[in-house]
Amino acid sequence: MDSVEERDTEIKAPSVIDRYYTRWYRADMKGKPCEDHCILQHSNRICVVTLAETHPILQDGRTIKSINYQISNGCSRLKNKVFGKSKRGGQFLTDFAPLCRITCTDESEYTIYSCIRGRLLEVNENILERPALLLEKPSTEGYIAVILPKFEESKSITENLLSREEFERVVSKRSVAVQSQP
Amino acid sequence: MLPLKDKDKPVVQKLLSAGCCARCVLRFCCVSVQAAYRQPQQETLKELHCFIGDTTDSGAAKSTEENKDEPAEDPPSKRPKLEPSLTGAELDQGSTAEKLKDEESQVCVVCLGILQELCDKNQAIKIVEAVKGENYEFDTLVLSVSLPAQLCVREHSCWLHVKTQLREKSIILGKDDVIQVKEAFKWIMQSLVAKELGGVAVVTKSPFEVGVEFTHPETDADCHFLYVSNSSNIFTPGLFFLSHYPCPPIQTTTRCSAQDVQCLHTSVFVAGRYNKFCRSLPQTPWVIDGERRMESSVEELIATPIVSAFRAQGFNFSSSGREDVDVRTLGNGRPFAMELLNPHRSRFNRVQMKQLQEKIKQIKVTHLYYHREAMSRMKEGEEEKTKSYTALIWTQKPICSEDITFIDGIKDLTLEQKTPLRVLHRRVLAVRPRVIHSMTTRFLDPHHFYLGLKTQAGTYIKEFVHGDFGRTKPNLCQLLKTETDILELDVEVGWKPLI
Repeated sequence: MDSVEERDTEIKAPSVIDRYYTRWYRADMKGKPCEDHCILQHSNRICVVTLAETHPILQDGRTIKSINYQISNGCSRLKNKVFGKSKRGGQFLTDFAPLCRITCTDESEYTIYSCIRGRLLEVNENILERPALLLEKPSTEGYIAVILPKFEESKSITENLLSREEFERVVSKRSVAVQSQP
Repeated sequence: MLPLKDKDKPVVQKLLSAGCCARCVLRFCCVSVQAAYRQPQQETLKELHCFIGDTTDSGAAKSTEENKDEPAEDPPSKRPKLEPSLTGAELDQGSTAEKLKDEESQVCVVCLGILQELCDKNQAIKIVEAVKGENYEFDTLVLSVSLPAQLCVREHSCWLHVKTQLREKSIILGKDDVIQVKEAFKWIMQSLVAKELGGVAVVTKSPFEVGVEFTHPETDADCHFLYVSNSSNIFTPGLFFLSHYPCPPIQTTTRCSAQDVQCLHTSVFVAGRYNKFCRSLPQTPWVIDGERRMESSVEELIATPIVSAFRAQGFNFSSSGREDVDVRTLGNGRPFAMELLNPHRSRFNRVQMKQLQEKIKQIKVTHLYYHREAMSRMKEGEEEKTKSYTALIWTQKPICSEDITFIDGIKDLTLEQKTPLRVLHRRVLAVRPRVIHSMTTRFLDPHHFYLGLKTQAGTYIKEFVHGDFGRTKPNLCQLLKTETDILELDVEVGWKPLI
């Protein structure tokens, strides 16, 4: 009953993400199975990097032990700062630039990548204080970072990402494979 | 009789022999009696010749001109014989007339014809025809003249010529008192143009400007020597100027040519308030990747009828703030102002303004008026500190009216608002504290309620409701402990009177 009503309102009112963002996916990032990323691109070209719902961190009731934006000795994403309307000074990222490392309580460690080329505007510091946000609301308050692609690349940066339909097909094939395995 | 003094005689003579026209002679003699310029130049020339007593010996002037490099001879004016004018002229009318004709057809070396044929009745008719063709509405006009730059050089050359030639005679020729070509041109043309326009006053200050431009390609190179110079004061007598430019200026074969007449009416400002009642109208034309989104805009809906009524060439639209494409603007309406560029019609009475206001469709415009300072007045009104909104809120969890009443009790809630992602591409990234002064709720159904807000200017309401990825804190999701979203938003524009 409850769920029917909810679905009803959902149809009437698409979410903020539905209204203003396009979802793009990178499946099995760096060949690691199921490490899927989701990029939300706003119509103004700004991109929000999030974990796809299928990411291992969000499976099997895992809990997060730590999130580290220090990706190497010399580079911390927390030190990123942008100035002015043109966002000068932000770190420039390529597709495979790591954004942070997330360690779960079962000692499994995952690296989250940029997935797109662009200037890093901010990382989500809220998840450092409340890692649970990442698990509870992975596509909104638990976002990882905000990236501003170059104006002239705002269309091309998503070319090698999967659309929502393509990603759903990849995921459904996976579950078929899992089911047929045993 | 020309208002000339005895001491002008050598000057007049030098100028005439240097190839100056009659009116330029008057200018150099600092004659500021306008009527002297308005009389036909042939007459002026005749009178000048009489004045210097140059009637019979037409060769004298010629020889002066030819031997200009020699020390100046005693000017004939110094002879005790004064006012020989009429009798002399009558004696040798034949040759004088011939000589005058000659001088008349010569192009003046200083004004290059501007004060000769280029400021007669025919020229006035040309100007008036051009003005009438543009179909402007006006009571007065100001005439402006644009002259080729080389006139400056030529004028200086001629002035230097007279000055050096007559130095020993201790003739003081102040350059500042010389009547400007423009000035003389206007003295002559203003009344001619006014007459042709049938009573329109041609004045020195008017919102309607008629510009006449002259060019003279033949002598454009006159100025070139100035470019190579890095000397700061090239107009110091002698030296640089004399070594680079002939004194007096060289005779030309062609006159200046008049370019197209340019009409320009100063901007008129229109201001008013607008209400927007639909949720699919952007403020300005919305273009993404060269493709138009939404067929119209607030700006176009208001501007199109106004621009066509004022027959303006263009406009600048400005409003006291703006709303999103899907936000309605209620209350008193949002103040706006428009600058109308080069309006061909600029006078509207109250009734006509009201009719114009009613021509604006889809959005409601009120208080439409026009004024010169409308823009600045509106900018003052922009300082409104508190904004009022009504939002339709959706909640994920079902609610009852008791669940939301606590919101009515919240006063002066300070938000930490990070620049919303939706505007981050064009605004500085910062965390801004913004105050929500008060809120009111009106329960609708288990998933919807109306939220009224009074906030500090600059608060982003949509982000307060959905949280913007947790970037606005606190937000309504946190307050209600459920996902919330904003379905509709209206701005209530305050009551501060604008006019």
